[in-house]
Amino acid sequence: MDFLRPTSWEEALAAKAEHPTAVPIAGGTDVMVEINFDHRRPEYLLDLNRIGDLGEWEVGEENVRLGASVPYTKIMENLRAELPGLALASHTVASPQIRNRGGVGGNLGTASPAGDAHPALLAAGAEVEVESVRGSRRIPIDAFYTGVKRNALAADELIRAVHVKKADGPQQFSKVGTRNAMVIAVCAFGLALHPGTRTVRTGIGSAAPTPVRAKAAEEFLNAALEEGGFWDNGQIITPSVAKQFADLCSAACNPIDDVRGTASYRRHAVGVMARRTLTWTWESYRGARRTIEGAA
Amino acid sequence: MRVNFTVNGRQQEADDVWEGESLLYVLRERLGLPGSKNACEQGECGSCTVRLDGVPVCSCLVAAGQVEGREVVTVEGLADFAKQRAEGGGCASGACGTTLQNAQQWQAGGTDSQTGEGTELSAIQQAFIDAGAVQCGFCTPGLLVAADEMLERNPTPTDADIREALSGNLCRCTGYEKIMDAVRLAAARQSEAV
Repeated sequence: MDFLRPTSWEEALAAKAEHPTAVPIAGGTDVMVEINFDHRRPEYLLDLNRIGDLGEWEVGEENVRLGASVPYTKIMENLRAELPGLALASHTVASPQIRNRGGVGGNLGTASPAGDAHPALLAAGAEVEVESVRGSRRIPIDAFYTGVKRNALAADELIRAVHVKKADGPQQFSKVGTRNAMVIAVCAFGLALHPGTRTVRTGIGSAAPTPVRAKAAEEFLNAALEEGGFWDNGQIITPSVAKQFADLCSAACNPIDDVRGTASYRRHAVGVMARRTLTWTWESYRGARRTIEGAA
Repeated sequence: MRVNFTVNGRQQEADDVWEGESLLYVLRERLGLPGSKNACEQGECGSCTVRLDGVPVCSCLVAAGQVEGREVVTVEGLADFAKQRAEGGGCASGACGTTLQNAQQWQAGGTDSQTGEGTELSAIQQAFIDAGAVQCGFCTPGLLVAADEMLERNPTPTDADIREALSGNLCRCTGYEKIMDAVRLAAARQSEAV
């Protein structure tokens, strides 16, 4: 095994081009487990810790550019207002020790359906900035996950940053597990209201071969909210609408039975989380609306 | 490969390090510092917790090559680290920190291993002894490092803060209540001292 230690992004890209089988390592919270257990013996380890740029973030007009290695702890502490869904999801990642090392780039690189960041990224809307010596491109998050632990990266590409839309409305994240800390999601759900475009986006984790959006559920809810004038009148969501939304989210799942839970449990739990996160975010939207309009 | 890094305030060098080796292995097997414990090797248990550039991490998940030029504090250096912090930090003389030899021989024994008397302990270590928070002792080093870091950041933690900060450290004797007592005790003593 060779340990490659590029000190700049350009050097890292050159190293990855020269050794496409090199395994990038940043926080190490996935890669080192595989090495410790002898599940993997990569020919090259490509250490990204010395590239300072990857640990930084910028808050722009519409997006946050989040460096691939920004640890979850920093997201929780610094980006709660801009990226509330991702901050909530970050808080559910493993333990403080892991959150101090792991970041969204690793979650995307591993592309496990159970990665905690995925539902939040899908719901908020995001693009993954990847680069190789051939050039840079941005992959929409909806096109990024291609299979179980597979993503749209080419062999010579590295993940540099994620561009996540700043929240323009309430966002929520919910996750089912046996305890609060150190839990791989049985299933997870992210929901974001986008009052600017009068749309709702979702993200489902650990209930299909890849993280997915519940698109039929989104379309149904968008139409129901529009039809009922909900965005303007700020009424509470009709229970029948919430139920239909929850059912459609369950239907968007394609889960398996495994040690963490059964397929039918996952389908059910996703529906429950969909209904709850919808209620939470909508109540928060109504509250904010009342404050703005000064009505009691 | 060779790895140069700072351990407990002193420059160290580890030779013949295999590229896939963890920081934990380097500490225990190359530098002779077995205080950080090896259990799950997957970041679940927290018994290998050390501070890397000030931040608590699972040393089993840090590749050895990643610590080149960086600073690590292990449980063996915790007493000196806490003392230095209490004195206002800084190390102009270069004589602070813990030598490798002292770290290798470090024990909580002193003149009385039951009470820790005669040894200079950090506040959190003394509190663990006083509160009876040490049973088999395997999880203790990781808990000490994690708890000490939390108290540095948050001197007046709520019970929820303590649980959150220690949520990555498992105690299979399940002595969590005494561990909570110990951290509360250390926090109380710390606030009295100010």
